[in-house]
Amino acid sequence: MAASLRCFLRSGKNTVSALQRRDFHRSAPAAVQMTVRDALNQAMDEELERDERVFLLGEEVAQYDGAYKVSRGLWKKYGDKRIIDTPISEINVLLQAGLRPICEFMTFNFSMQAIDQIINSAAKTYYMSAGLQSVPIVFRGPNGASAGVAAQHSQCFAAWYGHCPGLKVVSPWNSEDAKGLLKSAIRDENPVVVLENELLYGVPFEMSEEAQSKDFTIPIGKAKIERQGNSITLVAHSRYVGHCLDAAAVLAKEGIECEVINLRTIRPMDVETIETSVMKTNHLVTVEGGWPQFGIGAEICARIMEGPAFNYLDSPVTRVTGVDIPMPYAKILEDHSLPQVKDIIFSVKKTLNI
Amino acid sequence: MKTMLAIISNALCRMTGRNAGAQTVSEGARVVVSRSFADFTPQATFDIKKCDLHRLEEGPPVKAELTREQGLQYYRTMQTVRRMELKADQLYKQKIIRGFCHLYDGQEACAAGIEAAINPSDHLITAYRAHGYTYTRGVSVKEILAELTGRRGGVAKGKGGSMHMYAPHFYGGNGIVGAQVPLGAGIALACQYQGNNQVCVTLYGDGAANQGQLFESYNMAALWKLPCIFICENNKYGMGTSVERAAASTDYYKRGDFIPGLRVDGMDVLCVREATQFAADHCRAGKGPIIMELQTYRYHGHSMSDPGVSYRTREEIQEVRSKSDPISMLKERMLSHNMASVEEFKEIDIEIRKQVEEATQFATSDPEPPLEELCNHIFSKNPPLEMSK
Repeated sequence: MAASLRCFLRSGKNTVSALQRRDFHRSAPAAVQMTVRDALNQAMDEELERDERVFLLGEEVAQYDGAYKVSRGLWKKYGDKRIIDTPISEINVLLQAGLRPICEFMTFNFSMQAIDQIINSAAKTYYMSAGLQSVPIVFRGPNGASAGVAAQHSQCFAAWYGHCPGLKVVSPWNSEDAKGLLKSAIRDENPVVVLENELLYGVPFEMSEEAQSKDFTIPIGKAKIERQGNSITLVAHSRYVGHCLDAAAVLAKEGIECEVINLRTIRPMDVETIETSVMKTNHLVTVEGGWPQFGIGAEICARIMEGPAFNYLDSPVTRVTGVDIPMPYAKILEDHSLPQVKDIIFSVKKTLNI
Repeated sequence: MKTMLAIISNALCRMTGRNAGAQTVSEGARVVVSRSFADFTPQATFDIKKCDLHRLEEGPPVKAELTREQGLQYYRTMQTVRRMELKADQLYKQKIIRGFCHLYDGQEACAAGIEAAINPSDHLITAYRAHGYTYTRGVSVKEILAELTGRRGGVAKGKGGSMHMYAPHFYGGNGIVGAQVPLGAGIALACQYQGNNQVCVTLYGDGAANQGQLFESYNMAALWKLPCIFICENNKYGMGTSVERAAASTDYYKRGDFIPGLRVDGMDVLCVREATQFAADHCRAGKGPIIMELQTYRYHGHSMSDPGVSYRTREEIQEVRSKSDPISMLKERMLSHNMASVEEFKEIDIEIRKQVEEATQFATSDPEPPLEELCNHIFSKNPPLEMSK
């Protein structure tokens, strides 16, 4: 058992004062540290090289190296044809017949301007045409809250896109997730929404030797158990997986062993992994950054209730979510409108009736 | 002897440029002279209306050549679309077709003319008044009608319906007004990316012409010189709103601002063909996008639930029918230049009627899709998803 070194992740893209490191069992000597940003960059670089039908378009992805520098260096390497700067036109969601575009949204908040195309032209087309017209497109960009960017730039769209048949929706947490899921998304024949997180871009994580390979992909639709435990199941996606692990570390000192599940994919959701876990731990807390109504946690609750795991629950499921308000600007308010580690700890104890 | 006279008469008429339609065989006489194909004019040149130009020094030619074969083919295409749409009207009234049904009769010259000027390897995308284009892009009447009646033999297996029919290089059939235009620009981007010298014809109506996403598409298409032919089918009404009540500028061919434009008589298949040829050449030469406005007319209302007379007069509809019907115009041209006979056209009509009847038979007897199809085609190349009931 490797000892884990943990610090708490401070919010704010310019003030990452600590790093979070997970040590794997028998960590491979060739494992390296890589930020999520670099992992995404590597994923796109490898896929651009592998298939010349793949190309990237979005605002500032080329000469600016990407608004958040995720596409840094790609324009220099691949040129104007493969990396395209678009005007401020979210309807840069264009149907590229026979090509495999990666459409970057500067943030998913702007995707609402193009959401008609994502749903009505991308998601539904394969079905409406009964298989005649497939749409191998990737929509990616930062999703959810950042730091101090206020109400119109902080919304989480996991539930919005997760609602629609015909779309696949993934939400990576660490660098391996980011690389593996983005590569799978690019190789997928269907429209895939990749919900990244801006606060995670600069965070380094360990990349195993396997993950460094050019063919490393993570299957879409499969969750990962990041930490085993017996007392209670925590399910989260994206940034809050980290929060759950932090909470688990604190709770472990009190003898509460949390099983932490990283959803990785929002749609199709891997309910089986959650069910198996709940059948073992008998308690469930879901954690997400989005609003509570009709959200990821709500869906998990419904699915658990409909399946075999319901009979194993010793108490109702608790959802930890963003507060049901537009995101405020003032730091103290912003901090209190999103799940914090203490909220997760509180919910665990409440669920366990401790 | 009579045949000899006929031939001489024809020759004389042609030389003098006189209308060879007033034949040596008088209408009343019904002389049994079987006309062999050798009697017909193989090719003729017709004057067509000059196009209004925007940011163009020259436009399409003002004369169009038409061979007998072409003429008969265009006639057949337009008449097939006409009869197919009228059959759809009938089936809708019998409640065998349900939901939305937007008919194309009156506008046939647009679909036929465009197809005549592009290659099957070019691309085309349009909005919801799509049955005509679905046919010209290669889908059979049978598969179209069966899709309208929601049967498994439909082109989309009954899962798409009126507004969602697809074929190779034909991207529908799109229900959201204007949404197909950015898609069309994207297809043009793909053509440029792949360097295949193909163009994308992107159609929209006078109503969609006021949508913001069109202007985003114009900007990108012009910026990157995409081989995109934007075509506005101006049938004078966006649903029930006449163009004067909807648009600050009804010069749709100019609305692309920095993009050159043509205004074309959309009721004349030859005019449409020449203009589309001109536009395609423009795009293939790498000059970037171009806009065409086809001035056309729909006889039916916006859809089957619209009688089409509350916002326009019956007289107006009748006037267009009698003076500018695209099929009649072509037929009269060919007859007047002795390119075909009345009997021939009648035969074609009978054939088409039969074809449409057979297609209707199929469309009304083919079974509906099986329930197993319900959850098929969500994803491409995926194992079937489990759906919780």
